[in-house]
Amino acid sequence: MTPVQAIIAKELRSYFVSPVVYVVGSMFLLIVGLLAYLYVVFAGAQAIQLMQMQGSAQINLNDLVFRNLFSSMRFILLIILPILTMRLFAEERKLRTFEFLLTSPIGINEIVAGKFMSVLLVFLGLLGLTGFLPLVLALFSDFNWYPVLTSYLGLILLGALFLSVGVLASALTENQIVAAFVSFGLLLVLWLLADVGSLLGDTAIGQAISYLSFIEHYDHLVRGMVDTKDLTYFVSGLALMLFLSHRVVDSNRWK
Amino acid sequence: MIEVQQITKRYAHHTAIDRVSFSVAKGEVLAFLGPNGAGKTTTMRILSCFMPATEGKAVVAGFDCADQPLEVKRRIGYLPETPPVYLELTVTEYLQFVGRLRGLSGKMLTSSMQREIERLGLGTIQHRLIGNLSRGYRQRVGLAQALLHDPQVLILDEPTVGLDPKQIIEIRELIKNLAGSHSVILSTHILPEATAVCQRVVIISGGRIVAEDTPEQLAARLRQSEKISLTLKSPAPDTDRLLKSVQGVQNVFTSGAPGTFLLECELGRDAREEVARLAVTSGWGLLELKAISMTLEDVFLHLTRTEEGLAQGAVAATAEPADQPA
Repeated sequence: MTPVQAIIAKELRSYFVSPVVYVVGSMFLLIVGLLAYLYVVFAGAQAIQLMQMQGSAQINLNDLVFRNLFSSMRFILLIILPILTMRLFAEERKLRTFEFLLTSPIGINEIVAGKFMSVLLVFLGLLGLTGFLPLVLALFSDFNWYPVLTSYLGLILLGALFLSVGVLASALTENQIVAAFVSFGLLLVLWLLADVGSLLGDTAIGQAISYLSFIEHYDHLVRGMVDTKDLTYFVSGLALMLFLSHRVVDSNRWK
Repeated sequence: MIEVQQITKRYAHHTAIDRVSFSVAKGEVLAFLGPNGAGKTTTMRILSCFMPATEGKAVVAGFDCADQPLEVKRRIGYLPETPPVYLELTVTEYLQFVGRLRGLSGKMLTSSMQREIERLGLGTIQHRLIGNLSRGYRQRVGLAQALLHDPQVLILDEPTVGLDPKQIIEIRELIKNLAGSHSVILSTHILPEATAVCQRVVIISGGRIVAEDTPEQLAARLRQSEKISLTLKSPAPDTDRLLKSVQGVQNVFTSGAPGTFLLECELGRDAREEVARLAVTSGWGLLELKAISMTLEDVFLHLTRTEEGLAQGAVAATAEPADQPA
């Protein structure tokens, strides 16, 4: 077992002995399930209306259910993922195990990687559990799987980006609540950059600012468009956040 | 095994340690003795490569802490001030994690864990969550962590804090047994601890080293002489010289306060009567004359209380030498 694997194993263990994952996980699944239910019921009502008006109805689950659901997921992830990441470094510093970790014969990049991957695995597990929604819908209706799958790719990338922001926020403080709020704040700013960008209109600066927001990039994936430009955005954002986390963890040693 | 040269650690507004130098030989146990806030923990953090020094050089197990921290970290066991334990893990899970971080695996890992669990008496609690253990047990788990990979160098920051007297004796015994095969540096503010386990004591105060010797020699230096404290109302310029000429007086020190003298006398000889007579006949205005006995504890207190580093040694603790000691 390599040191990174050891850290992942230990972090997963810590996640699953604490109530946080269970609480966050069940809330997440509950909200996603409820939203999916509402969108399906809404789609059903529309279908009935169309039937009455036109005699026949062709409803598009991709448009009426999945796109709405996956758009809502942005906000749900923004709320729950900082709760998952807040403890990663803040707790180590609070409980003074940080010193132990940094005097172990492993690099800071291994520590950051291990912690990030552990929380990514927790998130992927939760996301995997939402997979039953399209599976159940597929039993009763027909829809196009392709945008659903690209949406999941988008969710994975979006979640990973959010988590990396959370890792950075957690490294910045020894207070978990502060860490959670710092990540909420950073993510909301990233979100709102899209609106700031559109306010500035179709100028170079406006486009540049819009590009910094995840909204457009994620939206493309939800619509089924896989563009390397968007993938590059997520991957480079993630790498930047993890690099900054590395710098912050390293600088904590000096204080 | 440990070579520290002139290390200084400065923060924005204060200097934690100032040009500290010392060394620890292979197999030696060195105590770092000092009051709280003297710079013990800072020194240990630098040696463990947690924190870089502002200036100076620290070499541990043959590697420079600044240039090759990973090599140093592989060869040290470090117990910080607060035992670095994860409350949500059991003792065995924790030790397993520690071992894996240090590259132990398979049989090596299980046998090392078994060894430390036995050595530190953790057998009965090995499957309990660390969060439910008492301070003393957590401290022992922290020690097990430091020893797990059988490192060449052990850096222990106040290893007996929070233990009960019986455990303290056990841990001291353990550290003594480690000497010879391991180099140990431990910090403490408890003097008997330093004398009980260490071959050499470094006394640090206000970020500076104020004395360094073996506990025996520190004590012996004091036992060689008896001391008299003398306060005079109007001492003459040649008072030092005259006092020194009294039979049995070896050294005369003047301390900061005017008219106070510290006389160092031959062992087993009470010079008070002579000194009193001299003071009265010379008309110096004798205000106070008393014999003082200094324990190692006093030396420590005096050494660490005075601002100026009196590195010359324990005897110079209370007074500046008026004459160069012979």
